[in-house]
Amino acid sequence: MAQDHAALPTKPTAITPTPVRGGIDFQLNGEHYHHTGDPAMPLLWYLRDVLQLDGTKYSGEHGEGGADLVLVNGKATSAIDTPMSKLDGKKITTVEGLVDAKGNLHPLQQAFIDEDAIGCGYCTPGWLIASMDLLNRSKDPSDNDIDTLPNLCRCGCQTRVRQAIKRAAAAMKQGAKA
Amino acid sequence: MSGTVRLSRRRFLQVLAGTAGALIVGIRSARADAPVPPDMLGDPLYDFGMFIRVDADGTILIGSRDPETGTGVATALARIMADEMDADWQRVRVLPLGLGVANDNGRPRWLYGEQAGGTGNSMPRAWHDLRSAGALARWLLIQAAVPQLGVPPEKLRTGQGAVIAPDGRRIGYGQLAAAASKIALPHGDITLKTPDRYSLIGKPAGDAQARAIVTGQTEYALDKHFGDTLVAVLAHCPWTDGELAGLDSTAALAIKGVVKVIELKPDPHLPPGETVIAPAVAVIADSTWIALQGRRALKLQWKPGASGSESSAALEQQATALLNSDAAPTTRIRDDGDIDKAKRKAARRLEATYYQPWLAHATSEPMNCLVRLDKTSATLYVPTQSPQQAWTVVQRLTGLAPDQIDIRVPRVGGGYGRRLDHDYVAEAVLLAKEVDKPLRLFWTRDEDLTHDYYRSGCVHKFDAIIEAKRHVLAWNQRVASASALVGRGVPVDHLWSSEVSANQFPAGFVPNYRSDWFGLSSSMPRGPHRGMPHLTNAFAVCSFVDEIAHALKEDPLVTHLRLIGEPRLIPQQGGGAVDTARLINVLKLVTDRIGWKDWLHSVNGFGLACWYMDGAYVAHAIEVSMQGEKLTIERAVCAVDVGRVINPLGLEGQVAGATLDALSTALNLAITVKDGKVQQTSWKDYPLASMAQLPHTVEVITVPGEGEPTGASFLAMPTAAPALANAVFRVSAVRVRRLPLMKELLRLL
Repeated sequence: MAQDHAALPTKPTAITPTPVRGGIDFQLNGEHYHHTGDPAMPLLWYLRDVLQLDGTKYSGEHGEGGADLVLVNGKATSAIDTPMSKLDGKKITTVEGLVDAKGNLHPLQQAFIDEDAIGCGYCTPGWLIASMDLLNRSKDPSDNDIDTLPNLCRCGCQTRVRQAIKRAAAAMKQGAKA
Repeated sequence: MSGTVRLSRRRFLQVLAGTAGALIVGIRSARADAPVPPDMLGDPLYDFGMFIRVDADGTILIGSRDPETGTGVATALARIMADEMDADWQRVRVLPLGLGVANDNGRPRWLYGEQAGGTGNSMPRAWHDLRSAGALARWLLIQAAVPQLGVPPEKLRTGQGAVIAPDGRRIGYGQLAAAASKIALPHGDITLKTPDRYSLIGKPAGDAQARAIVTGQTEYALDKHFGDTLVAVLAHCPWTDGELAGLDSTAALAIKGVVKVIELKPDPHLPPGETVIAPAVAVIADSTWIALQGRRALKLQWKPGASGSESSAALEQQATALLNSDAAPTTRIRDDGDIDKAKRKAARRLEATYYQPWLAHATSEPMNCLVRLDKTSATLYVPTQSPQQAWTVVQRLTGLAPDQIDIRVPRVGGGYGRRLDHDYVAEAVLLAKEVDKPLRLFWTRDEDLTHDYYRSGCVHKFDAIIEAKRHVLAWNQRVASASALVGRGVPVDHLWSSEVSANQFPAGFVPNYRSDWFGLSSSMPRGPHRGMPHLTNAFAVCSFVDEIAHALKEDPLVTHLRLIGEPRLIPQQGGGAVDTARLINVLKLVTDRIGWKDWLHSVNGFGLACWYMDGAYVAHAIEVSMQGEKLTIERAVCAVDVGRVINPLGLEGQVAGATLDALSTALNLAITVKDGKVQQTSWKDYPLASMAQLPHTVEVITVPGEGEPTGASFLAMPTAAPALANAVFRVSAVRVRRLPLMKELLRLL
């Protein structure tokens, strides 16, 4: 009776490397994160629902109002308009990440306190992020620069935010000299 | 030991020893003979109203009763207590309290008295109680220091959180707390500090929660979590009286993580604000992101009700026609002198009509509510201005006993009156009953803007008779609007009171004064709105005074001062009086500061307005420039007189904030309705002012006062818009009689 050779193992062919793992790698407030969930999920819901890191607020469906701003590679970006898929390899800073490693306030945060640039406080994280972006681009922002901030506030903290940004810029210059 | 000191028939102070050597002094607002519940004998923070707890390490916790919506109330109230007891402010922490409710044979007994935020009366209600509590704490700590310092109490003083002997020896409050909690209470009155000894009241302080806010640590209701919580997002019917005509939820339910699709309907027997605002379909899912996708996948058809034909433009036409007709008003609010006789005098007559739009509350934090519900308890995080109203809604829907309902109120992302209604709480509870997990209700921005209890649009028509010596002889005011009070248990003859004030300027200032209100009928939901009824009336009245000045070819300041007249007290209907000296004073302060004498010669435009309400006085002076179609607010000066100022920095913030909010609203905002649907669905359509549209600073002048403090959260709103419109007139010769201002100005230029 002839033996059936078909069941015998065949000779291995060349190995095709497959990715070890999928997902999206990024840095958030200095820590490494890996997201394997829905790549279309907006960053805002990842922060708020998945991580329960709630400093970044919901503002509007496409980020109008600016309360959902975060820094992506130093640039103010709407967290609700940014899907996780766009964050691979990126560095993200939320309002919680503005303090230094020892927990000291950034001069901008201190300036917001000193100028009492806070109404109900809900939109404040967004103002801080937009102001950080501005200070990253300009050491000495003019009134016209400050006018370009996209944030909205119903409590009317705008004049105090303006003062806070100027105060922070001055404090950062002082700090750089020292 | 514990004991009580009576403050009044209904309120008293209670002293307890807390755990770990703490002293607790609390204000309770209930019957003084009510038994102390057993759980108060432990560490009963949540059973007190405003309370002070001095811990053994010197930390002082102050429990704040009223919801913090950004008005600074938590900071101001805590500082009143802290000052009276000479606490070290650096060691004070403010703790927001939940709703204080006990079960009184099935009925609620409010432990802390009224708890409300953003209604402008936290300060007057709390002033005496808080100082008494602080004074008692201080008295007890002094007594406790006597044996240790060997000095009689009258020789001891206090400062910066310590009791100090004449020779300079000091003992920190923390070390005295345990002993103080065992001291027998004083008989008779507690002596309060005299104002010259205030160390915090009247001194500037930032928001007590500022550090937490700038580090993103402050939790709003939307930031609170229960484990394994479901999220519900809603699609509301565009028409409050409409109905669901078709629903296919197959695709939504096919999405992994979507748990349920549930239909909600308003209960027609309940007043607005206590039931669902409009028919709705809710998608409940594991997370916000999935719930949102589920909502997008719904196939929905809505059918309009009778309101499907409503439009804000038609309503305005109807209002205008009514004001121009001989129809009798819904209510004649006031009729001083004889207006008809005055009209027959041969004198100058002026007439003008002003149009103001519908407005939304547009809070930064949208409506939301987190609920955990089981058979014997309900725990809710609610962004509310009235925890008691929220409780009422929850109790009705759950049937739970009063003390089985735990309403927690974290800091609130803006209120402005929206959160005095609790439709969203009703929705959250109804949905939570359908699932077996905690549930978060979350309204997206479009739902929030299109389903509000709006401020009605209104039309003001004035005519004034001015006699030869330029005095206003008669002032006839006709207002048409849809009352915010319809359906809210207010008698028909009082529906006007949300729309007009019987005592508003210049009632009582002119010999013949008539105020008529015409009620419009509208199916748009309406409710309390920040600064009403002053906001709309001040715009119309203060614009008209400026028009009178222009007609008389004189400086508006002169016109104002003549209209206000001599310093005197003008009695108000319903009690109280307007002190015209204080009104003149705020007017002079703003005009001096802005350099009013240049108004005629400047290329820029200057505008002025003054107002009073609830014992407080306010004036704005605004300077604008125009280049082509670009309007720039160069300066904004505001003077307020609110009696004693608790926290100047907090007050300045409130005044600047209210000014900017009012300018933003006047410049840009309108809700319009077409075919019964609100047309504004995002911040793009309802654009709060950008940084560039607003002045760089608001110069705030506060008048130092001695009287009882009054609330200030919306005091600075009414005069900002008319001062702006008056300034725009001077620079452009265009009289804006219709808001929002920018749209009208560009139309008329």
